[in-house]
Parts: sequence; structure tokens; C-alpha cells
Amino acid sequence: MRIIDHPILGKLEIKSLVEIFVDGEAIEAIEGETIASALVASGRYVFRYTEKTGEPRGVFCAIGRCTDCLMMVDGIPNVRTCITPVKKGMKIETQKGLGEWKS
Amino acid sequence: MMKEVEMAIVGAGPAGLSAAIEAAKAGVHVVLIDENKRPGGQLFKQTHKFFGTMEHYAGIRGIQIGERLLKETEDLGVEVLLNTTVWGIFNKDVLAFIQDEKGGQLKAKKILLATGANENPLPFPGWTLPGVMGAGAVQTLINIQRVLPGRRALMIGAGNVGLIVAYHLMQAGAEVIKVVEGKPTIGGWGVHASKLTRFGVPVETSKTIKRAEGNEKVERAVLVKIDKDWNEIPGTEEELNVDLICLAVGLGPMDDLAWIAGCKFEYLEELGGYIPKHDQYMETSIEGIYTAGDSAGIEEASVAIEEGRLAGVAIAHSLGYIEDREALKRKKEILKRLHELRKGPFGEASKKAKERLLLRRK
Repeated sequence: MRIIDHPILGKLEIKSLVEIFVDGEAIEAIEGETIASALVASGRYVFRYTEKTGEPRGVFCAIGRCTDCLMMVDGIPNVRTCITPVKKGMKIETQKGLGEWKS
Repeated sequence: MMKEVEMAIVGAGPAGLSAAIEAAKAGVHVVLIDENKRPGGQLFKQTHKFFGTMEHYAGIRGIQIGERLLKETEDLGVEVLLNTTVWGIFNKDVLAFIQDEKGGQLKAKKILLATGANENPLPFPGWTLPGVMGAGAVQTLINIQRVLPGRRALMIGAGNVGLIVAYHLMQAGAEVIKVVEGKPTIGGWGVHASKLTRFGVPVETSKTIKRAEGNEKVERAVLVKIDKDWNEIPGTEEELNVDLICLAVGLGPMDDLAWIAGCKFEYLEELGGYIPKHDQYMETSIEGIYTAGDSAGIEEASVAIEEGRLAGVAIAHSLGYIEDREALKRKKEILKRLHELRKGPFGEASKKAKERLLLRRK
């Protein structure tokens, strides 16, 4: 969910929207925001499953430190989605284990 | 040829920016490096007003302090390298970095490490479930990205970070079900706790989280009361329906570069862990390498600003841009303000720890 009205920060300014694809499904993202932000805004919380036990992982630190939010982005695995900005037409996939190189 | 500069600062948060301003004002050519796409560190996540005196920007919101510091660095023509991660220090004066996926090196006569802090994790069964995250992460999502990661939140930790972020969550439209603190007393300022209790949010001490549960995402938390030795009291378990669990259990200094450089360290629990020893003007055991802000011991942003100023003046002085008498005068003024900031029960512990940390030069 996006925080449209905020008592201190004011109204959310959305300059332009871009379309990105998450596991094949098209969602709207705000240009310049991070992948993680777009996913959370669309109600998605599971970003990957761990290699050994297949447990779900999502955003944990949101500043590029912990590597919990890794996903496959445009065919590249292990991309830190909390610090990587969206791009028009980006293809994002839930990562299984260590992911795979597709590009 | 490797680029050479007079002063390189790693980290453009409150300490790094303040140091850059002081040094650049004196005439030093400063390069300020930060791994993020925007400078300011954590200041732009702080939507609340700061305390202290006017010198410490009292009554001004963190975001506004950030804007002021940024404007000043811009006006002074400080060179800023963004999206740049420094990964090593060689030969005490060469910084190795990655910028936009390309490697590079920079030689600096003086280096200031103002790299800030990491959030401490808190392991418990279920802590890796999506929906359990650091309080800082929540602050980043709600105040920078403007997205809400949950509607019913539980805050673990009633230090200033826990109390403030709980309030930020309410401002963002979430319901804060409870704030719990393992210690018998609230760690943060009373004024922050009162803001929550006024809105009916319970802040409960001697209580912690036992486990998080949920299918693919947090759905519940189980809390338990603990005694003063942190032993669980059987039969006191309590189940809460929440979809967000925030961890605000302290910060640890981020000092990888000081370790790599070979600085001497000392363990001081009050300051968050191993801290590089430094003299009263922020120079570490390695000549020419300085530290300031949370990487020199976890304290408040206002302390980081003053320590940054101190390092900036000390470096400008050692490079010959400020004469001895003037430098001493400015250093004394800053030390006096730091002393003021460290008054009160929390500051007193930091002050004592800082004294133990102090590197005495011959």
C-alpha cells in the first residue's frame, strides 16, 4: 500500500509511472523507486526462497546490507531489490535458491 | 595516474557532511564518497524534530537538517561521489572503490571514516519470515519510499529508535498494537514514549518476543514476560495478530574499513561494540585516518554532527589551512558542545565510555 497522505511529508508526488513485470504479471511502479518498494506497494512480500530449506525471505534491512531481498532481475540473479531502481519493462522473478543466469 | 586529493570522507551522513563543510570552509579540497544515490545518510528518514540547543538544530526535523547540510556542501563546492562503495584501504592512504560497477582508486592525504552503523538483528524462531524487519528498514520504506509494509505492527525495543519508528508507523497510517522492551525500563526518552501512550499504544517492559508465526508471511507474534535475568516466565505467553514485526534492538558501528586499515580497537558495550580508538580530535591510531559519528561509537545524530565538525577542523588544521591558535579555539568550542550533549543519564554512560576509548598520543 502506498502512503498517499502524510501529516509531515505531505501528499505523495507521482511524476510518472512505468510498467514492470513480476513473475510475468504486469504491475505499476513509480519511476525512480526501488524494486522492493514497488513490490511492497503491490502487496508482495516474498522475494525469494532459500537454497537449502526453501524458506521464504523478503525485505529485512531495506538499505542494501543484509541481502535478504535478492531476486532475479532481467535474467541476473542475486540483485538487491531494495537499492535497485525500477526500469520500464523490467522483468523481475522470485528467486529460488541461488537463482540462475539467463542473460 | 591515480587521482590524489587532500581529504576523502567515506559516508555522507550527518558526520561526513559536517566534516566536509568545516574542512571546505577552511579551503581544503574535499571529496565526499557515499554508496547511496543520495547523500544525507539516515537524516532524510527522520521526520521528527530534534532536541538539544540551536547549535544542534533543536526543534528542526531531521529531513530539514539534511537539506541544510546538503545545501551547504553544494555551496562550498564539495566534490561528491555517489553510488560509490569504498571496499578497501591500502597503504593507509589509498581508497579502493566500486562506482557504478566499475573499480577505481583514490589517494588521500587525510581520510575520514564516517560510515555509520548497522542495525542489530534479534534471532528467534520465525525471525526470517517476510514481515519481520529492522526498524530502520521500516523507516526507509515508509518515509523515503512511501510504502506501508504492514497494517498491524509490533515493535520490539523501546529505545529511542523503537519509540520514534512506532510513532512514524502511526503517522503513516498503520496501527501499532504494542511496543515491548526486554529490560525493566524504557530505554528512550520519556517524551517519545508519552507520544505513543497518549494514543493508547501500550509500551510494556520486561517482555520480549518468543516466536513469529505465519504461512509465508508474519501473521502472529507470541510474546512472553521475562525476569531481570532475561529468563522466560512460564505461562505468560500472549498471542498477537500482527503482520509486521519491527526490530529496534540497538545499533552496531560499521567499521569494516577501520579494521582493514589496521586501526586499534576497543570493546565498549555502551558505544555498541568494537570501536576504533581515537584521540580527542577524532584521529585513529593510524596517522591521517579519522573517524566520526556512529562509526566512532553509537550516539545521537547531533553528536555525529559535532564529531564531524571536530574532525573537519582537525584535518584542515593538520593540512595547514587553519593556524594553531584559531584551530585550538574552534576545537575547544566543539568539545564544549559535545560535553553539553552528553549530559543526562544516557550521555553520561557514553561520555565515560568515550574517555576509556581515548587514544593518548605522546
